[in-house]
Amino acid sequence: MSQRGNPIGEVILSVEGVSLAFGGVRALTDVSFEVREHEVRAIIGPNGAGKSSMLNVINGVYHPQQGTIRFLGQTYHDMDPHETALAGIARTFQNLALFKGMSVLENILTGRNLRMRANLLLQALRAGPALREEIEHRERVEHIIDFLEIQPWRKTPVGRLPYGLQKRVDLARALAMEPRVLLLDEPMAGMNLEEKQDMCRFILDVNDHFGTTIVLIEHDMGVVMDISDRVVVLDYGKKIGDGTPHEVRASQAVIDAYLGVSH
Amino acid sequence: MFYRENGQFKSSYAADQQLLPILQDRVFMVALVAFAFVVVPLVVSDYVFLSLLIPFLILALAAIGLNLVVGYCGQISIGHAAFMAVGAYAAYNLVLRIPQLNFLIVLVLAGLVAAAVGMLFGIPSLRIKGLYLAVATLGAQFFMDWLFARVKWFTNYAHSGSVQTAPVELFGWSIDSPQEKYVFLLAVLILFTVIARNLVRGHIGRAWMAMRDMDVAAEVIGIRPVYAKLSAFAVSSFFVGVAGALWGFVHLGSWEPAAFNLTLSLNLLFMIIIGGMGSILGSFFGAAFIVVLPIVLNQLPQFLGIPMSTAMISHLEFMIFGALIVFFLIVEPHGLARLWAIGKEKLRLWPFPH
Amino acid sequence: MARNWPVVLLCAALLVGLALPLATGASPPGFYVEVLLGGLMTGVLYSLVAMGFALIFKASGVFNFAQGAMVLFAALAVARLAERMPLWAAILLGIVVMIALAFVIERVVLRPLVNQEGIALFMATLGVTFFLDGFGQTVWGSDIYKIDLGIAKEPVMVLQGLFQGGILINKEDVAAALVAVALVAVLALFFQKTATGRALRAVADDHQAAQSIGIPLNRMWVIVWSVAGIVALVAGVIWGSRLGVQFSVSLVALKALPVVILGGLTSVTGAIVGGLIIGVGEKMAEVFLGPVLVKTFDLAGGGIENWFAYVLALLFLLVRPQGLFGEKHIDRV
Repeated sequence: MSQRGNPIGEVILSVEGVSLAFGGVRALTDVSFEVREHEVRAIIGPNGAGKSSMLNVINGVYHPQQGTIRFLGQTYHDMDPHETALAGIARTFQNLALFKGMSVLENILTGRNLRMRANLLLQALRAGPALREEIEHRERVEHIIDFLEIQPWRKTPVGRLPYGLQKRVDLARALAMEPRVLLLDEPMAGMNLEEKQDMCRFILDVNDHFGTTIVLIEHDMGVVMDISDRVVVLDYGKKIGDGTPHEVRASQAVIDAYLGVSH
Repeated sequence: MFYRENGQFKSSYAADQQLLPILQDRVFMVALVAFAFVVVPLVVSDYVFLSLLIPFLILALAAIGLNLVVGYCGQISIGHAAFMAVGAYAAYNLVLRIPQLNFLIVLVLAGLVAAAVGMLFGIPSLRIKGLYLAVATLGAQFFMDWLFARVKWFTNYAHSGSVQTAPVELFGWSIDSPQEKYVFLLAVLILFTVIARNLVRGHIGRAWMAMRDMDVAAEVIGIRPVYAKLSAFAVSSFFVGVAGALWGFVHLGSWEPAAFNLTLSLNLLFMIIIGGMGSILGSFFGAAFIVVLPIVLNQLPQFLGIPMSTAMISHLEFMIFGALIVFFLIVEPHGLARLWAIGKEKLRLWPFPH
Repeated sequence: MARNWPVVLLCAALLVGLALPLATGASPPGFYVEVLLGGLMTGVLYSLVAMGFALIFKASGVFNFAQGAMVLFAALAVARLAERMPLWAAILLGIVVMIALAFVIERVVLRPLVNQEGIALFMATLGVTFFLDGFGQTVWGSDIYKIDLGIAKEPVMVLQGLFQGGILINKEDVAAALVAVALVAVLALFFQKTATGRALRAVADDHQAAQSIGIPLNRMWVIVWSVAGIVALVAGVIWGSRLGVQFSVSLVALKALPVVILGGLTSVTGAIVGGLIIGVGEKMAEVFLGPVLVKTFDLAGGGIENWFAYVLALLFLLVRPQGLFGEKHIDRV
């Protein structure tokens, strides 16, 4: 990973002392970590370790009881999904959350909604500025479609695509937001080996080509270790490891968690 | 054989984003509109205008309106006739109190009033999801029924509670005969159809559909639920309000609050379920169906020589409506519009299906 | 607790509103109690229909818009059958009809639509509503029919010692209310104590899990729709004897919708409490608030009970989206 286009920079996102509970159930306990610009950061851990909750806190779907999130110099106590999107954080979903009544193209275009300004009246009449805006954003989206190699399915309703392609559309939709940080929720879950390799390549390409900082969750250690710069390990809602893949792999606490040593 | 897009290559995104990207569709549409404007007024009888075409045009407009909020944005409403009533009474009072106002402006203002009221009743959709909203909109229905029956100002203190309107006048043109009414309504409907198509193809339309398909993901992508849902309610109610004003002024001429009751709301829902939810074309099919079915039912028993009372026919109509709703939900949830699309797809490949 | 203050505030406002006619002396105490009792009696009927509704929602996730049409259908059946046989036989036969209806609905509507989204199922019940309205009037007729429960309708004066002038109540209303209360109690017991009731709750929590431990889903649906049908029949007969069996009965029964919303969609307790709140609330509003509104705004008559239930339910929804006794829902991504 040495010959990448964008060298790893300053801290862009930091999670500080975040605790989250549902009713009496603790999902996260005092979790802190940092993400540097342009890096690929993985959060791993066994099932139920709190990985998805962590992502949901970062992009404002869940509101933590304690702790703060710093993003691009701003401190947030809790985030609101819309605000998060505006600030430059995008995500993909573990259980596909595509808009199944829309075509591939329309799905990806929703990622541009944030940046589209034409008001209702202009859109109703499809008057000059509205039309120009549509075409301008369509060009951006076509670029992403080319990049992720989904040209043949542009006009296909997403529901008809095979699973691996749907995952790619999900990624394309998030990329269309031109995020600074991209959160990937188990991007390789349910894929066969070939699809996993494709997805790894796309993730690295995105990181390299667009310079997007990537935070990804996986419970399968294998592939993730190969593409991540640094790894956070969660277990039972607590951080038990943080460092390069090499360091993490050597950690006794991490080995115990994965081999299921009783607590 | 003749319906092909082979050889029609798009060289710009603008060309690819036209209203009707396939040449044959454009030709067909122009021919259809010309036929509707020129040929139909010459050959059709007054009876067909009054009992078929005029109600069809207005109900199609209302169905498009309802489809925007239910079919595109996924927010259920079983009280849309209430917003039609708002449009109708707003137009009535505008014409009554400011007689010199141009009727087109009256229509727009009536639509805006309906949009405001629709937004008001759409507010619960921000806190509650799906089926709870059914109850909120049902409440709107009963509240509006009551409001227009009880508050005398709305009906200008008419003794019976029913209101009368004079024929619509537009730039000195008195829209009085069935032909004139038809031409006027057709023009309005075409305008609103284009507007609706534009909206659902624009970013607001994508925001609506995103809310419908997966609201959490929509929010994460940066779509504001407040804006998406309320705008859907507002635009939908605007359409329906205009339809209500036309229903009162052009179709009925005089009406009582009961003209916009729950039955009409349910009929509107029926139209979009049968026609196709999330389809503008489907709204047309649904409206056509609901206008044609009673006439067929009235003629058919006579034709077959089976005696049947009018009451029996209306009961039969209800049963057929109900059975069709269930049938379509099970067999083809996307309604007649999908059947049409499948037919077109077949035509595109014909005569070489492989 | 701190988050509950809007609910507390709303309840307090409601109570103050309830006490106002008495406190200002606008109503003599005897009359006030009469209105209150009248409201409670209607409320029990709402509770009854709402329980049928909540049962269906819990067991099959269907938001049953056809509840009102079922009430009308059952009432029509009993009214017309009773012209040819004794009332008890007509009611028994009516129950058989409603159970048959449950079988048909399960087979024709629910089974083909299993695992569909809530909105599709809701629309299917819209179809059922249309169909039942047409079918009921075809089979049973479309005039206004009477149901005579055989209890004298003359009012009785009670509690003359306590209130000046006593309180007038209708014997038939009392009997009806007692029947309704008994049925509500039976249903609550059925739900909490019997094996079938427990199975129903399991189905409500998780359809697939329930199926995997061997609970037959289809039979559960038939059971809940039958129960809802029987409940609809009882409510229809009682309303029919009061108002006459006519189309408006189905609109009255639709008030089960705001009731369950207020109480919480999946809660049987919620249905009972919600029914009583709405029954009393709308009656009080009609009798005491109505005339004030008519006078202030020069209205052409009252009738605010047509929409009061909905507005009340909406107010509660805005401060407590899950209803009084409903469970809070957490979105998972």
